Amino acid sequence: MGLRQNNLLMLRKLAVVALGMFLFGYALVPIYKHICEMTGINILALGEKELPGSGNARLAKSDNTQVDTSRTITVEFDANSRGPWQFKPAQSSVQVHPGEMATVMYEFQNVQDRAISAQAIPSYAPTEAASHFNKMECFCFNQYTLAPGEKKQWPVVFVIDPKLSKSVNTITLSYTFFEVGSKTPVAPGSKVSAVSVSGEGV
Amino acid sequence: MINLHTNLKTASIGLMALGATAAWAVNDLPGGPAVNQLNLHPPATLIAQEQVWLHWFMLIICTVIFVAVFGVMFYSIWKHRKSQGHKPASFHESARVEIAWTVVPFIIVILMALPATKAVVASKDTSNAELTIKATGYQWKWGYDYINGEGEGINFISSLDQQQRAMSDSGKPEPTDDYLLKVDNPLVVPVGKKIRIITTSNDVIHSFAINSFGIKQDAIPGFVRDTWFRAEYVGDFRGQCQELCGKEHAYMPIHVKVVSPEDYTAWVAEQNKKLAAKQDDPSKVWTLAELTARGSKVYEANCQACHQATGKAMGPIKGLDGAAVVLNADSSKQINVLLNGQNNLTMPAWRQLSDTDIAAVISFTKNNWSNKTGQIVQPADVLAARQ
Amino acid sequence: MSAVLDPHGHGASDHGHDDHHGAPHGWRRWVYATNHKDIGTLYLLFAFTMLIIGGVLALLIRAELFQPGLQLVNPELFNQFTTMHGLIMVFGAIMPAFVGFANWMVPLQIGASDMAFARMNNFSFWLMIPASLMLAGSFFMPGGAPATGWTMYAPLTLQMGPSMDASILALHLLGASSIMGSINIIVTILNMRAPGMTLMKMPMFVWTWLITAYLLIAVMPVLAGAITMVLTDRHFGTTFFNPAGGGDPVMFQHIFWFFGHPEVYIMILPAFGIISQIVPAFSRKRLFGYASMVYATSSIAILSFIVWAHHMYTTGMPVTGQLFFMYATMLISVPTGVKVFNWIATMWKGSMTFETPMLFAVGFIFVFTMGGFTGLILSMAPIDLQLQDGYYVVAHFHYVLVAGSLFTMFAGYYYWSPKWTGVMYNEARGKIHFWWTLISFNVTFFPMHFLGLAGMPRRYADYPMQFADFNALASVGAFAFGIAQVYFFIYIVLPTMRGQGEPAPQRPWEGAEGLEWEVPSPAPFHTFENPPKLNADATRIVA
Repeated sequence: MGLRQNNLLMLRKLAVVALGMFLFGYALVPIYKHICEMTGINILALGEKELPGSGNARLAKSDNTQVDTSRTITVEFDANSRGPWQFKPAQSSVQVHPGEMATVMYEFQNVQDRAISAQAIPSYAPTEAASHFNKMECFCFNQYTLAPGEKKQWPVVFVIDPKLSKSVNTITLSYTFFEVGSKTPVAPGSKVSAVSVSGEGV
Repeated sequence: MINLHTNLKTASIGLMALGATAAWAVNDLPGGPAVNQLNLHPPATLIAQEQVWLHWFMLIICTVIFVAVFGVMFYSIWKHRKSQGHKPASFHESARVEIAWTVVPFIIVILMALPATKAVVASKDTSNAELTIKATGYQWKWGYDYINGEGEGINFISSLDQQQRAMSDSGKPEPTDDYLLKVDNPLVVPVGKKIRIITTSNDVIHSFAINSFGIKQDAIPGFVRDTWFRAEYVGDFRGQCQELCGKEHAYMPIHVKVVSPEDYTAWVAEQNKKLAAKQDDPSKVWTLAELTARGSKVYEANCQACHQATGKAMGPIKGLDGAAVVLNADSSKQINVLLNGQNNLTMPAWRQLSDTDIAAVISFTKNNWSNKTGQIVQPADVLAARQ
Repeated sequence: MSAVLDPHGHGASDHGHDDHHGAPHGWRRWVYATNHKDIGTLYLLFAFTMLIIGGVLALLIRAELFQPGLQLVNPELFNQFTTMHGLIMVFGAIMPAFVGFANWMVPLQIGASDMAFARMNNFSFWLMIPASLMLAGSFFMPGGAPATGWTMYAPLTLQMGPSMDASILALHLLGASSIMGSINIIVTILNMRAPGMTLMKMPMFVWTWLITAYLLIAVMPVLAGAITMVLTDRHFGTTFFNPAGGGDPVMFQHIFWFFGHPEVYIMILPAFGIISQIVPAFSRKRLFGYASMVYATSSIAILSFIVWAHHMYTTGMPVTGQLFFMYATMLISVPTGVKVFNWIATMWKGSMTFETPMLFAVGFIFVFTMGGFTGLILSMAPIDLQLQDGYYVVAHFHYVLVAGSLFTMFAGYYYWSPKWTGVMYNEARGKIHFWWTLISFNVTFFPMHFLGLAGMPRRYADYPMQFADFNALASVGAFAFGIAQVYFFIYIVLPTMRGQGEPAPQRPWEGAEGLEWEVPSPAPFHTFENPPKLNADATRIVA
């Protein structure tokens, strides 16, 4: 093969590498989600719905429902509203033993004069507690539409896996409620409308 | 190092004498930066002490290696130059030498990593905290919520002192020891107790940091993170936001007051009384003079930064002077704006202010500048609107 | 007729070889350039222009920070300056300058007639012009330039005005330019070396560029992915970084720094290559440990892929994450140290002279190593908790990028400009430039270590007054540094471009080795049109 052909062949190979790395960049998105879930650091998948009787793998795994009375975990409840509504936990904290099921209610009220669709995402501190915090029932990741003035109460039912690292004895469960289709808020006093609002509920 | 320090100081003093238009004659701020500070802050927690020790450890080892290596280099520059008549040798490789100066640094690096590992593990251990406080980053202030432990339920916003912000704009701030580090409501914690800080954000990424405590934790919207500290002695400690968060990034400081357990209990009691007082206010009927006087203060602390002292429009920020929503005898729209925000929260919600404060500032806007409506809003009206 | 711009090889010395017919003249020569020397010149002049623009932004920043209080700009504009200073310097100055060096020197050093794809080479250069116009022009768009820092973290980027989108497009163009350039370099090096020049006989500059080019192809596309995600999050309803939609702002940091960390090695490896050419030349002694240098450079490149999260210690990653990235980062100091030792061993028992290229090379080794040590200190996660996002970090990266990359570019210019222009630069002025630059650089950036230890955060338009003196000192140093570079261009570079100076011999440096010294000074428009026959070392042509 002449020099020109050699060169062109190598160019094609390298171009494929470059394209492959671009796709790898996008592949990092699901890779990141999987690693977060595997290590229990962050649960990002919108598909997480821990409903009782759903045959969910997590539920099946936690057949060790032996309550470990030698340990007491303080679970703190935190709520963050990202919008014009009221959202708070009914209790600020509860003390449980690993393996013991507990329920806490969160209260939500739409104080606007229009209907709002919102959904909550959970977050845990410390991050390594997430993988051992089994929620039997939770309102996260579901979209809820509330009429003006409507009040709702939702339960979170959970069991802490006794395999939780011994060094953790306080867990903060935090929910942030976002309006569906909401974007990063515009910076206060900003001179430009930051991004165009594109339609259809995104 | 000492000579370098002295030379630098002399040089900078010289330059100051030459060129500076104002002598920045400030003092060291305890718990904050010292004038021309050269090293890390004096540690107020054991973790910070570990960090200071680790830094000295690294600095000394690196300096020793640096002096040794460049001693060799400068010796070579001096001795092995052509002008000295030195003829070049011909060696150009040696496997033994290469292995030696790969393995030895590798061992040094491992030795450095050992104490660092201990410190990392210790700083992440947030268990067994006696008090949990949530720090929420906003554009551009911090909100503190005491969510567990003594003082549970207390919450407030901590903003940069507005006069200092104005000083910055003036371009000629007066020498002030706590310049850009003074807030209206400092975070108060008891000494000697393990405090867990949960961070989150309302909008973009901020970062909560206090150098004296050796903590820094990013505040990420939609997620919580945690860190902890145990202050070893009482005092005032300062920090600043440590992640670019928009135009006022330099203007959202952190001030932590560490007090004795008794003082802390007293402070908690006082805060609870204030919170309770906020509940009591609605039954009281206020006069116009009382409301507008109080409203003026609320306006200065919260609204003035965007709506300006003149209340005039600026860019996308709506004017209040002469605004229809303010002049309207039906105050419910204005109350709603204050409670819930407007325009996708370009105008934020001010729900965290008390009913009395909201009533006062609305009454103030209705009776200031060219607005002379004579209308007032009572705290009870605001409370009703919250339901 | 200026020497470097004269296609017939005339100038102070008139060498008749390799003269050719029909060489382009006038504007067509430059717009349609396919000659690697011309394209190299274009890149270098472009990079210097961007250096000045980025430098002006830096001086605006330092002018504002000279005293506490806001004297010149509001904080929003200030952060537009910091952002564009970073983007312009990284993507407009440092990277194109090294590509310029590669274009000029790689074909000469391997005995090739030109780059593998001469027209793609032209396109790579000219893409940068609209890209940089967009970048620099973003100040004039509504809302001004982006003010997110060059790191463009989400979700702050989602709040920016239309200039953010323009910058993203500009970065795509710059990235495409880099990727095409890197493909060109790899193919040239792998396929077009003169017979007898095996990989392990190539000059170190060629080696470092080969490795850099692979790094570029691997990571620039990842940046392209990250900024495209920002673009679609901003306008097309995706929620990569929006927690409301199941996204994560921290994921942006992971993707960005997966690119970002190899990027900083992209910016330093060619510098290492230049130093590895200059130190042996002026020590009149072969580079010590050639094979070891190749392995060390390769190890640095490979390790650079697994350390990215040391930029993210404070984001809340678990202990194991912090420890892993800390160990991996500390490990990179080992091959880097090996390189420093090898350079010093090259000098040891050599016969050194200290013309300006050697001054800059030695200055580089000294000051870059300081930057390397502060990097090692920053890699310790507990210490990083004190220093993250503060001025210690700013000091560190300016030491390795300015005293690192930029000094080697100066060194490379002084070393090779006789070959490019056919005349010697003025040695006395070169020495002035060196000492002025070295001293003002240290006056500017050394105090920043103290500011960082004392807690001064980055990207702050105003600061507590205890930081005033060191800030004032840094500002004075910065202006002195800037003036030194203007002096460099007007009094050293321009005269040589105009052919003013002592005629340069073919081999101006006694100890210099390499095929570039086998051609006349200035290098004729076409060189090595037929592959040369080389000696056993592949350093000389045999008849």
